Amino acid sequence: MNGNADAYWRRTRRLTFTLVAFWLLVTFGITWFARDINELSIFGFPLSFYMAAQGVPVIYLMIIWWYNRQMKKIDAEFGVEDD
Amino acid sequence: MLGSLTRLQRYYLYYTGCFLTFVAALALLERHGMPPRWIGYAFLFFTMSMYAVIGIVSRTSDVSEYYVAGRRIPAFFNGMATGADWMSAASFIGLAGTLYLSGFQGLAYVIGWTGGFVLVALLLAPYLRRFGQYTIPDFLGARYGGNAIRLVAVAAAILASFVYVVAQIYGVGVITSRFVSLQFEIGVFVGLAGILVCSFLGGMRAVTWTQVAQYLILIVAYITPVAILSWNVTGNPVPQLVYGQVLQQVTQLEERLFDTPAEQEVRRLYQARADLYAQRIMQLPQSLSLEREQLSSQINQLKASDAQMRDIVVLERLRRDLPQDPEQARTRWENEMFAAAERGKPPLRHAEPFPGETVAEQKVQRINFLALIFCLTIGTAALPHLLIRYYTTPTVHAARESVFWSLGFILLLYVTAPAYAVFAKYEVLSHLTDIPIAKLPSWVAAWTKVGLVSIEDINADGILQFAELSLNPDVIVLATPEIAGMPYVVSGLVAAGGLAAALSTADGLLLTITSALSHDVYYRIMRPGASTQFRLVISKSLLLLVAVLAATVAAQKPGTILSMVAWAFSIAGSAFFPALVLGIFWERATRAGALAGMAVGVLLTLYYIVRVEFDGLGWFGARGFQMAPWFDVQSTSAGVFGVMAGFLTTVLVSLVTKPDPRGGSFLKNIRFRREADPT
Repeated sequence: MNGNADAYWRRTRRLTFTLVAFWLLVTFGITWFARDINELSIFGFPLSFYMAAQGVPVIYLMIIWWYNRQMKKIDAEFGVEDD
Repeated sequence: MLGSLTRLQRYYLYYTGCFLTFVAALALLERHGMPPRWIGYAFLFFTMSMYAVIGIVSRTSDVSEYYVAGRRIPAFFNGMATGADWMSAASFIGLAGTLYLSGFQGLAYVIGWTGGFVLVALLLAPYLRRFGQYTIPDFLGARYGGNAIRLVAVAAAILASFVYVVAQIYGVGVITSRFVSLQFEIGVFVGLAGILVCSFLGGMRAVTWTQVAQYLILIVAYITPVAILSWNVTGNPVPQLVYGQVLQQVTQLEERLFDTPAEQEVRRLYQARADLYAQRIMQLPQSLSLEREQLSSQINQLKASDAQMRDIVVLERLRRDLPQDPEQARTRWENEMFAAAERGKPPLRHAEPFPGETVAEQKVQRINFLALIFCLTIGTAALPHLLIRYYTTPTVHAARESVFWSLGFILLLYVTAPAYAVFAKYEVLSHLTDIPIAKLPSWVAAWTKVGLVSIEDINADGILQFAELSLNPDVIVLATPEIAGMPYVVSGLVAAGGLAAALSTADGLLLTITSALSHDVYYRIMRPGASTQFRLVISKSLLLLVAVLAATVAAQKPGTILSMVAWAFSIAGSAFFPALVLGIFWERATRAGALAGMAVGVLLTLYYIVRVEFDGLGWFGARGFQMAPWFDVQSTSAGVFGVMAGFLTTVLVSLVTKPDPRGGSFLKNIRFRREADPT
């Protein structure tokens, strides 16, 4: 059981840290270059305005959705799904 | 279709239908001559009694129901309740205004407040749920052991939440006094009643179900006016999709209007006024007596000649209103100077990120933008009233799902707020700017009377220049119905939405403060043997006490406390985030480390805020200690330093102290277990 718990935790941790890194990149990476990408435009918006007002928040939602999906898979693999 | 819904979903569907019918009926009555004041009362009465009914139906005398709603809230509804819990009066009324005033820079709030939920989902919610107790101090107490950390956590939770709850009740007072024309103080106590009917009898369970109801009202109220405005301007009722085109038009209008000779002249006049005030401040106290002498001699001159009495009275009032002493003169003139300097600055281009004349200024803007995002994100992921919502789901999986729903429901409002701001700016640039002041639309005069809009024809040309108009941020959401020429019933709807946003957040905060005091301090530390019945009695009395206290503070209209809300995020972030995250992800973190990290983080944040924001603290007799900000970071983002110092201190102190073996077994339980069964 102990080894099982460790393996479960390793998988969870890897997934978590990957997604946190991606979150960091989206939040601070894209935003850092906001002045430089604002010349481009998307749906009639300047690109960096659009990203900050809609794009980035929607990516956040996708991150959470992906995390839930993967965790559900991991839970099932280790037989600890709880619903 | 109805059959596939759960019973709860059907109830709330009926409820929404009922509410929409009510709004439609009022619209019909208005057309037949119902006065606006009555519409305001109808909204107030109808929504409050809805909340009261839900509150009374969900009354409970069970401890688990009272603190965590019996852990039976489905993910979908917990997400909705979290949405209402999270979106306060500031989100509902203030955000669109901030976005109007600061353009791209304001989007830091949208990114920060949504990004926090990613951290909640990945780092905190599942572990808090698996732990399965009642409060955040509970979690820290169990992880690190000992009462000291519990007490520190209680203090930080109350510090961050109390200021916040006062601001919500204040918001209720503002809304009721403006739309229902109740007196402000009475409005505050109406708000108090609204909060108590939800939380007093049923605790978390009642608060959750009213929050769901409040979310539905606030989101309908937020989206309706801007959708109608969008339909009027672009012919498309989905503002989020089409405001890009309006933004382009705004940019073109800015190009055309911002650098006309009249605009430049107005800005020069404001700069000159700012310089004048600067000079007067420099020459205090002589400048004040000089001012008084000048006015006196003018008055005497007029009296000697046969001038109109009215002119003399005006001058005498000016003299009477002069600051009493040099101290008062300094603060008042400084405010005037900053206001004039602000208006004298070249206006912001709405879509431009990090605006600034020079590269150095742009860098400062960028750093502050990122720092603010950081603080709001970490603060979101650390505010106790939000985190305890994830104790209320039935399972760990449901807790994860419910963060997804939370963010989804919150996004609906946050994605709409920038559209509000852009439509408002379009309206101001195309229908107010460069228009003769006598011909301005009537809503301008109406809101000038309330003091939220001010117009000053500084260059006396009879035409409104952009720099001559100043708007209070609150006015954007509150006045949009009138700007778009909608009937009063829409204004009433907006007021009901603002009320719902303020009440729902106040409920959640109040419950957090109460449970910190009654559960953590009284039950866990003072009287662990107390019977459950007695614990509930203590809880309810404390709830009443804290609520009345908060309403009393709010009735004083404390100006400083409102600006303190922005600091709540920095305080909560630096107090809880490092201790919680390291506690879950780093086995080696020790009690001493966490305690030191929390203390250092909060103290550094407070130190930075005080030294950057204030020049002296009257009560301590200390003065003249204002310092230059570090890396140009504003005091609202003080948490950047607090959180980093908190992490660093926790790690360093943990490494030099002995690890506690109990930490390991605790972690095994929250990282991998089928289901936490709370005792």
